Amino acid sequence: MQINSPQFKESSRIALQDVNLQKALGNLKAGFPTKRATAVARLPEFDQLRDEAATLKNHIIENLDIYLEEFEINVIKNGGHVHWCRTADDACQTILDICKEVDAKTVTKGKSMVTEEINLNDFLEKNGIEPVETDLGEYILQLRGDHPSHIIAPAIHLNLEDVSEIFHEKHKRPKSDDPAVLMQEAREILRTKFVAADVGITGANFCVAETGSTLIVTNEGNGDLTQTLPKTHIVVTSIEKVVPTLEDMTLFLRLLARSATGQEFSVYNTLSTGPKRADDQDGPENFHVVLVDNGRSEMVGGELQDMLRCIRCSACMNHCPVYGAVGGHSYGWVYPGPMGSVLTPQMIGIEQAGLLPNASTFCGKCESVCPVRIPLPKLMRHWRENEFSKHLSPKAVRWGLGSWAFFAKRPRLYRWLSRGSNTVMRLMAGKKGKITKLPLGSGWTNFRDMPAPSGRTFMDQYQSRQAAEKQS
Amino acid sequence: MNPPNKPTQVGLFVTCLVDMFRPSVGFASIKLLEAAGCHVSVPEAQTCCGQPTFNSGDRATTQDIAKNTIEAFDGYEYVVGPSGSCIGMLHHYVELFDDNDPWKARAESLKARAFEITAFLTDVKPLKLTDVNVTQTATYHDSCAGLRELGVKQQPRQLLAQVAGLTLNEMEESETCCGFGGTFCVKYPDISNRMVSNKTDNIVASNASLLLGGDMGCLLNMAGKLKRQGYPIEVRHVIEVLANMFDEPAIGEANYALGLPARGAHHAN
Repeated sequence: MQINSPQFKESSRIALQDVNLQKALGNLKAGFPTKRATAVARLPEFDQLRDEAATLKNHIIENLDIYLEEFEINVIKNGGHVHWCRTADDACQTILDICKEVDAKTVTKGKSMVTEEINLNDFLEKNGIEPVETDLGEYILQLRGDHPSHIIAPAIHLNLEDVSEIFHEKHKRPKSDDPAVLMQEAREILRTKFVAADVGITGANFCVAETGSTLIVTNEGNGDLTQTLPKTHIVVTSIEKVVPTLEDMTLFLRLLARSATGQEFSVYNTLSTGPKRADDQDGPENFHVVLVDNGRSEMVGGELQDMLRCIRCSACMNHCPVYGAVGGHSYGWVYPGPMGSVLTPQMIGIEQAGLLPNASTFCGKCESVCPVRIPLPKLMRHWRENEFSKHLSPKAVRWGLGSWAFFAKRPRLYRWLSRGSNTVMRLMAGKKGKITKLPLGSGWTNFRDMPAPSGRTFMDQYQSRQAAEKQS
Repeated sequence: MNPPNKPTQVGLFVTCLVDMFRPSVGFASIKLLEAAGCHVSVPEAQTCCGQPTFNSGDRATTQDIAKNTIEAFDGYEYVVGPSGSCIGMLHHYVELFDDNDPWKARAESLKARAFEITAFLTDVKPLKLTDVNVTQTATYHDSCAGLRELGVKQQPRQLLAQVAGLTLNEMEESETCCGFGGTFCVKYPDISNRMVSNKTDNIVASNASLLLGGDMGCLLNMAGKLKRQGYPIEVRHVIEVLANMFDEPAIGEANYALGLPARGAHHAN
């Protein structure tokens, strides 16, 4: 996927003016957060579960090698294969090799952000294999040549009219704006693809070490058809998804759906445990798990380790006022919102993604709703420190900050600076009490007035009063 | 801790925005802290809490500023400030030093002593207000750092409940960020503008004639937007109302006394 993160400011400016996008984002704001709040209110132990989940995830990350090896042993025991892939390229090549082995022409796909991360669809297409997205949102995006703007509701940036239009254009059927009709249309077309596919690719929400199983959580059931109908099932997932036991998995499931959509439980929670056995009626003949690292193991033991707790629920972006204003595409790569602002610099480099961790007021809402208590503002600040230490932050910012800091470290000079600025601003405001145009602060005054200081600085006034008291 | 006749020693952390823009909030803070039985000092060596450098990734400078603040407030039983954001920053100092750095313990000590003023006047030295009468309908913006880092939510409301005549109309999304975010508002002006516009929509919809909050940054942002949009809603720091100090025009309102600081003269309050 093309990287557009360096254009974050331009993209967000366009997004703010996009009437249709703003309408779609309005629906998001009214939907997920309200539903989450209701679901959380119905589960008194929710916060306690968050603590347990964070602790368990920390334990898993500290013992990642042990659980991953246990998972591998059990996948093999079940008759499956595990492929370890350090980079996105390794993963794509591995998946292509498996597809070639079974002479695959078409591949059906369940929703998977890891396959977006490794840019699998483009790679398969270039190599003569047709990938077919089967999640409704992803399917709509594929028809449009578009990409997800949200990690669980990929087409959240679209409205009904957009779907109606693209279906009419690509399916060559009469135009309809009835969601039920559109759904039925997609269903009919996808059925033939499900049956024809040689390989089914899904992601995994969790990999269970004790049983060698992978789990997918969906609401449409498309994932189940993707993984059971074709002869070969490839699970593409990342190393931090492993959990020790089925019991542990259920702890995360109790948090995941509630945090994501406000459901108590997602509609389909499907475990895959190896290929079809002799007496099974259905299922794939070949079962592969592609474990993607792509920068994750470097996070273990470092300042970003907490980010590996992420279970991809999307609560952080659903509640983020910045995401809510500009939408997911503005972030310019695969993962948007607060979690994306932490992950993207790790995966594509801070040089390209520097604007993302800066695009936060540190309001802390994301951390307050995170089911595994990831300190997202702290991790975004980590990137700002990284950027600052590499001298990547803009020169004007560094210069301004540096001169301000010079005074802030010297109380006497600081008084002098405050007194000067205070006087200048009061003179500029005159009797209006506000300044409508600041020469160096157009970012502020283009949109709002600058209230003027209401008098001399507090410190000056306080000293005058103290002196007067002493005299009297 | 203290014998009843010995007042609690409080160091006032003025905050740079109150110092620069709204001195009345500093005097209102002193008035209320004294009414709660504290002796208030204003250490001269204080500057800013260091949040601009901390959030811009300049850790080394932030450490220097933190050390300056820690030293300035050494020996005070409590450090109180009219801002959740700045007091929250004082709490962050502990993250700046390694465990074996002697400054770590001093930062821990400051954290244990540092309180946002409405929290202090509710949880530490509960204040009984008398004779404060404001016949207005107000709405309250919960500033992010105070709310989510320090748990300031009910305290300002409990104090406002003691103000006779005041009606509090809660706005929708009172806990959503106003878009100020320190340097954020000038680094990402378009996004900040959308956020503050959403906020002023909610303020206007609350039908309040008075917007209150506990942080000058947010108040300057919201007042500036309301003025630009032409709404006649007064904006004040909650502390001014609790201290019954209405002499100053509201934030961004006209009629400020014009003039250069006259040496030694009292400012007309």
